[in-house]
Amino acid sequence: MELKDLISQKLESNFPEAELEYSEYRGELNIKFNKKFVNSICKFLKQDSELEFLLCEDVTAVDWAKRKNRFTVVYHIFSLKHNFRLVLKADVDESDCSIDTVSSVWKTSDWQERETYDMYGIKFNNHPDLRRIYMPEEFEYYPLRKDFPLMGIPGSLPLPKK
Amino acid sequence: MDRLTKDDVHPKILQKLLEDTDLSIEDALENEMILNMGPQHPATHGVLRLLLRLDGETVVGCVPDVGYLHRGYEKMAENMSYYEFIPHTDRLDYISPMANNVAWVLAVEKLAGIEVPVRAQFIRMIVAELARIASHLVAIGSFAMDVGALTVFLWTLREREKILDIWDILCGARFTNSYTRIGGVANDAQPEALAKVKWFVDQLDDNLAECEKLLNTNRIFIERLDGIGVISKEDALSYGYTGPNLRASGVEFDLRRATPYLQYDKVDFRIPTFTEGDSLARYFVRADEVRESAKIVRQVLQLMTPGEIKSNLPKQVLPQKAEVYSKMEELIHDFMIVNFGINPPVGEVYHAIEGSKGELGFYLVSKGEGHPWKCKIRSPSFIHIQSLPHLVKGRMISDVVAIIGSIDPIMGEADK
Repeated sequence: MELKDLISQKLESNFPEAELEYSEYRGELNIKFNKKFVNSICKFLKQDSELEFLLCEDVTAVDWAKRKNRFTVVYHIFSLKHNFRLVLKADVDESDCSIDTVSSVWKTSDWQERETYDMYGIKFNNHPDLRRIYMPEEFEYYPLRKDFPLMGIPGSLPLPKK
Repeated sequence: MDRLTKDDVHPKILQKLLEDTDLSIEDALENEMILNMGPQHPATHGVLRLLLRLDGETVVGCVPDVGYLHRGYEKMAENMSYYEFIPHTDRLDYISPMANNVAWVLAVEKLAGIEVPVRAQFIRMIVAELARIASHLVAIGSFAMDVGALTVFLWTLREREKILDIWDILCGARFTNSYTRIGGVANDAQPEALAKVKWFVDQLDDNLAECEKLLNTNRIFIERLDGIGVISKEDALSYGYTGPNLRASGVEFDLRRATPYLQYDKVDFRIPTFTEGDSLARYFVRADEVRESAKIVRQVLQLMTPGEIKSNLPKQVLPQKAEVYSKMEELIHDFMIVNFGINPPVGEVYHAIEGSKGELGFYLVSKGEGHPWKCKIRSPSFIHIQSLPHLVKGRMISDVVAIIGSIDPIMGEADK
């Protein structure tokens, strides 16, 4: 419990404008914030000597289909010092479908952000190499969006040349 | 492996490959060569494609290209019930399907808040550790084969074959097990299966020592790996390394110890850690972990007592098949669970286990329906392949094969 208080206290004092929201489910602490602060919050959580979230386990997104802020980008980060997992979330709207990259903080998020871009079409600003990762570069759709049919779209994947 | 022309490589990949220099591809091809390694290549452990930019035999740049085995499991998971997805987890890391089964049901149980009987937890520990042994045996064997020591591959696969025989008794399948169930396991471990497990772990040490004798005294093997593909502690963490690869770089991190799940806090085991961070250290970590896993299995066999293997939650846990055919209530519950799913409460969880290759995690979002709203598979192989350019830069082309073998990627898992 103490560590969770410490994290929220530190974030409150350093990022008063980030619209921080806390929730807890099955023992996991979720922190939601304004997407403008993602890079600075992640950098802070990694570099703070009392927290040291050195490992970024996962970057992904959730498509809520009919909500106003359609997507939520979710980061799972782990502190080896405290053996503690923290969930960070930032809402992204479809009209401005972009968020800052954290690949400068954790190198591993490079590919994870590429995967999120490939599957949901969320652009990561300042990403060094934002290409599709699983689907071919010419593919026009984003398969994990809820409006993409399970059957796929006929003709969307052309056969290879030759 | 043909020489590539400009038309064969996508412009964006080409740009990434040539990013350290202002040469155009025609200039580069005067002195340098772009080599397409894979996707069909025996040393890439599946359909991994690497584009290598070579100066003579030295690798100047490398761009991994994944996705040749992409089956869209995350999309499929959103359209099927939690039970239906269990067989699909077999096809992720197909060398250790049992560990994936365990990881999936643990995530679903955390989401639905299901408690599992102790005996079922011990059985899950046994199968997860045997899966780790099988996976590491294949990793060591194929790794040795990649660098030219063929005999070891045959010997380690002989050991793995015994584990497959155990699977055969335990659940009737050798490769795609689908043995675990939400709330327990499919059937109790038979006495003959447990006897075979005991026999297996007792004879494993000697046979592994034999395999190691072939490698540890093999000068060619050692010299091809020593100091090759070094990754520092800081880089390994930044690249998101977990599992044996991270422990080879000197970080003593193991999810079984850090966030104990199942009954791992009741058993005593060591976390093998090496500080060199090279390919040889990654091999040593795997060999040591096989011994530690055998030690865990031996302790679990001691701790196990007879008891229930499924929790008594008829609305969420599938009944035994024999009861479905003889009792009305069970038939109704079976029908409801199969047709409408288990409907966990609204919420989202992430649960990770120490899989054979590293941290295998599932992120599940439930909207209270029978199928997940979202399922994300955090696969260690995907994360490890990402660091290949860092590892191979400046090495010889023959080292690339050794480095891929040492990080032990499985494409079924990396491509999902």
